[in-house]
Amino acid sequence: MDSAISEARTPLGAQADNGLKIVVVGGFGVGKTTLVRSVSEIRPLNTEETMTQAGEHVDDLTGVRGKTATTVAFDFGRITLDARNVLYLFGAPGQERFWFLWDRLFSGTLGAVVLVDTRRIDDSWYAIDRLEHHGTPFIVACNDFGGPRYSHDEVRQALDLDPRVPLVDCDARSRESCKQVLITLVEHLKNQYTGQAARSALPPQELV
Amino acid sequence: MTRPGRDDAPDRLYTITGGRTSTGPDDPFDLVTLVVAESDPVPGMQSEHAAILRMTRFPTAVVEISAELRLPVSITKVLLCDLLAAGRVSARHPRTAAVYDPDILEQVLVGLRNL
Repeated sequence: MDSAISEARTPLGAQADNGLKIVVVGGFGVGKTTLVRSVSEIRPLNTEETMTQAGEHVDDLTGVRGKTATTVAFDFGRITLDARNVLYLFGAPGQERFWFLWDRLFSGTLGAVVLVDTRRIDDSWYAIDRLEHHGTPFIVACNDFGGPRYSHDEVRQALDLDPRVPLVDCDARSRESCKQVLITLVEHLKNQYTGQAARSALPPQELV
Repeated sequence: MTRPGRDDAPDRLYTITGGRTSTGPDDPFDLVTLVVAESDPVPGMQSEHAAILRMTRFPTAVVEISAELRLPVSITKVLLCDLLAAGRVSARHPRTAAVYDPDILEQVLVGLRNL
């Protein structure tokens, strides 16, 4: 079994030297793995990270009731962008314990996609709150489950979403649709950093 | 499919790393650090070390190694630190400044549009 997996691996090119991360966050059954599978060049793989008391130099267990170890599983796919850049796409559960490991796993991530099921919109509040807390730029993508359609205004209102955060519809089963979601995120990142650079280049304004 | 490490006796993980559970605060490895073998496995080498060297003949991310070994990321990093210290692998770390680098973001966009 293990050797079969090894043989099925698609190796990266020898020049690959820059791994990049994008995280897809969402509740159970919202389509994270489906989205990752739609755009990944490898079959999505699964692994996990544990946080134990032995790792206390980085982990703060205060507030984790009665726990001495926390394990989070996540899956991921891969997109070779060019000879040197490789994008890894992580599907991450949005539940509470997961966020204790966010910094360890996903520091330096380009940005995040919050995948929303409009039938269970409440599931997404916590993820959006945490991403804002960590200062991770993100967009929101509503996965189409064929239920009643909500207008973007309704979804924005329900999520209390900052008007600058892009909101798009998608079909996680469609490669083209998922590709557009990722493009929307990266364009958002570009605009955001261009805007920041422009603002920081302005002479500081004096407060009168 | 069983998840890596999940149902293993803790003893097994303890044995693999000689009791070390994490790489310490100066952990050089990111999830997407690309690891490349600098030598072939040698007889007598710990099997996990040998597996990593076979796996990294082409650049392979830490998270891929973890998934394939079915070991938690932190345990995988301990093994990688051993190999790095022994000069048996090299590590290509992500350019963290890429997050703010418009040129890299443009390269990402081009790559995604070409999918």
